[in-house]
Amino acid sequence: MSTLGYSVSDSATMLRRNLRHNLRYPVALIVSLGVPILLLLLFVGVFGGALGVGAVPRGGHYIDFVMPGILLITVGYGASSTAMAVNRDATEGIISRFRTMPISRTAVLTGHVAGAMIRTLATGVLVVGVALLMGFRSSAGLLDWLAVAGLFALVALALTWLAVAVGLAARTAEGTSGFTLLVQLLPFISSAFVPTGSMSGAVRWFAQNEPFTPIIDALRRLLTGAPIGHSAVVACAWSVGLALIGYLWARALFKRDLRL
Amino acid sequence: MTPAASAPAIAVTGLRKSFGDQVVLDGIDLEVAEGTIFALLGPNGAGKTTTVHILSTLSAPDGGGIRVGGHDPALHPDLVRAAIGVTGQFSAVDGLLTGEENLVLMADLHHLGRVGGRRRAAELLRRFDLAEAAGKTAATYSGGMRRRLDLAMTLVGDPRIIFLDEPTTGLDPRSRRTMWQIIRRLAAGGTTIFLTTQQLDEADELADRIAVLDHGTLVAEGTAAELKSRIPGGHIQLQFADADSLDAAARALAGATPDRDALSLQVPGDGSVRSLRALLDRLDRDGLDVQELSVHTPDLDDVFFALTGHPTTGTDRTTTESTGTTGTTEKEAVR
Repeated sequence: MSTLGYSVSDSATMLRRNLRHNLRYPVALIVSLGVPILLLLLFVGVFGGALGVGAVPRGGHYIDFVMPGILLITVGYGASSTAMAVNRDATEGIISRFRTMPISRTAVLTGHVAGAMIRTLATGVLVVGVALLMGFRSSAGLLDWLAVAGLFALVALALTWLAVAVGLAARTAEGTSGFTLLVQLLPFISSAFVPTGSMSGAVRWFAQNEPFTPIIDALRRLLTGAPIGHSAVVACAWSVGLALIGYLWARALFKRDLRL
Repeated sequence: MTPAASAPAIAVTGLRKSFGDQVVLDGIDLEVAEGTIFALLGPNGAGKTTTVHILSTLSAPDGGGIRVGGHDPALHPDLVRAAIGVTGQFSAVDGLLTGEENLVLMADLHHLGRVGGRRRAAELLRRFDLAEAAGKTAATYSGGMRRRLDLAMTLVGDPRIIFLDEPTTGLDPRSRRTMWQIIRRLAAGGTTIFLTTQQLDEADELADRIAVLDHGTLVAEGTAAELKSRIPGGHIQLQFADADSLDAAARALAGATPDRDALSLQVPGDGSVRSLRALLDRLDRDGLDVQELSVHTPDLDDVFFALTGHPTTGTDRTTTESTGTTGTTEKEAVR
C-alpha cells in the first residue's frame, strides 16, 4: 500500500478507536447533547418571556432568536470533551506509544478530529430536532440550511482543532478547564441570548467584536431568511483563522520533544 | 565496513541532551549487541528515560551519533520505528478498550490485516496470561495485568529491539518475577532488549551488560561480574564470642580490621575457595575460636556507592551470606 493509503487506513483505525470510546464512555456524549437541550429549555421556558420582549420583533418567537446560540454552545461542549479526550491520551502515555510506531504522523490527530466532527454534527442534528419539537420554526430554504450546516461544520472544525491543541498542551485534565470555560462563557457575552445593542459599555464592545457574535449573526440570518450581509464573511474568516491556528498549534505540539 | 549481521543493535556515541540550562545527558557512549539484554542502571533523574526517549525517536538529541537497528533516528525515524517497540514507564494502554481491542488496535496500525491481527492478538493474550480478561476493559486490570498488556502491545509488530523503561517499577514481587521471565524469554528468542532500572537486583538478574548512569554520564559499564570485580569490598567476616578471642585473631591475621563493639573481624579476600581454605587452615592452626563466619561478595549496591559516592534508592538486599557453625562453610564462596 502507498504512504497515502497507510495514512488513510491509520486515520480510519484511529477514528474507529475514537467512536468506540464514545460508546464505552457515553458521559461526554450525554453532556454535549444534554447541556444545549437544557439551556434551550431554560432560555425558552424560563427566561424566554422576559428576554424575548427586547430581542424579538412583535409576533416573533424567542426560540427562533436563541437557536443559533444554542447551536454554537453545542459545538463548544463538544470541543470541551474533545480537549479532555486528547488530554487523556497525552497524559496516559498512549500518544507516546503511537509516536514510537511507524504510523502516519497525522493519523492520531485526524482520528480525534474526525471523531469529534461526527459527534458534534450528530448532536447538532439532535438539538435541532428537539428545538423543532419545542416550536422552533425556520423560514430557511434548502440552500440556507446547507449553508447553516456548512458554517456549523466549519465552526466545529475550528473549535475541534483548538481543542486538540489545548488537550495536547495541558499537563492535566484540569489544564483544559480554561478552554472549556472560554468556549462555554463566550456565547453568553455575545448576541446569542440578547442583542448586543442592549449591553453596556465595554461589554457591548467585547460582545460585538468577539468571534462568536458574527457566527451567531450569520446563522441567525440564514435561519430567519434575512439577507446574509457581511456577517457571513466575518464568520467564515474567524472560523478559518481559528481552525488554522488550532491545526498549526496542535501539529507543533504533537511533534515537540517529549519532556519529563 | 562491518557486515550488517555483526552490527550492534544500538550504537551511541557522545550523546548529549539539555533542557534549557539543565544538562540531562552529557556525552554518553554505549553499544548493545544484537540479541542481548542491556540494562541502563541509575537513580531517579539520572537521564535514563531521556535516553530511551531519544533512542525511540520521541525526543531529538542535541548532539552525538546514534544508530538504532542500523538507522539514524534523526534521518530515518520511520525505519527506526519499524524496528523497535517501546514500553514506557507508565502503562500506555487504552483504558476504555478491552485487552483484545487494544491488541487489535496495534495490529491494525501494523497493517496485519483483519484475520492476521486477530490471530496475533489471541496468541499474545494467551502467551501473557490475559486470555480470560481479554473481553474486559483495560481500566479494570490490575497493575501487573496492565504491564503485561502494555508489553504484549509492544510485541504485536514483532520488533527486533525493545525498550523497557523501568518495566517492573510498582509491581508486586510475583508480577515482577513474571515480568523477568517474559523478558528472559524474549531475549532467548533473539530480541535485543534495552531496559532501564533503578533496581540493582533487576539489572544483576537480567542483563548481559550493565551501564551505570549518574547525572547524565556513564560511570561504569560491563557485565555484573566485571562491575563487582572493579571495586574492593570482598571480605570474610569473622564473629567472636569475646574480646580476647577477637584480639588473638586480629594479631594472627595481618591486614584484618577488627570491630570491637561488634566483636567481629573483617578479613580481606576475593571470596575464592582457595583463600577461604587458607583462612580456615590458619584459624585451625592457631586454635582460634570463631563463632560465625560469613563471606561478603560486593554487590551492585557497593559498586554504585563506590562509583558515584552516593547510595541508590534501590531496594535493600542481603549483603552477607552467613553460615551457622564455626569454621565451616557450605555456601558457595562465589555467587
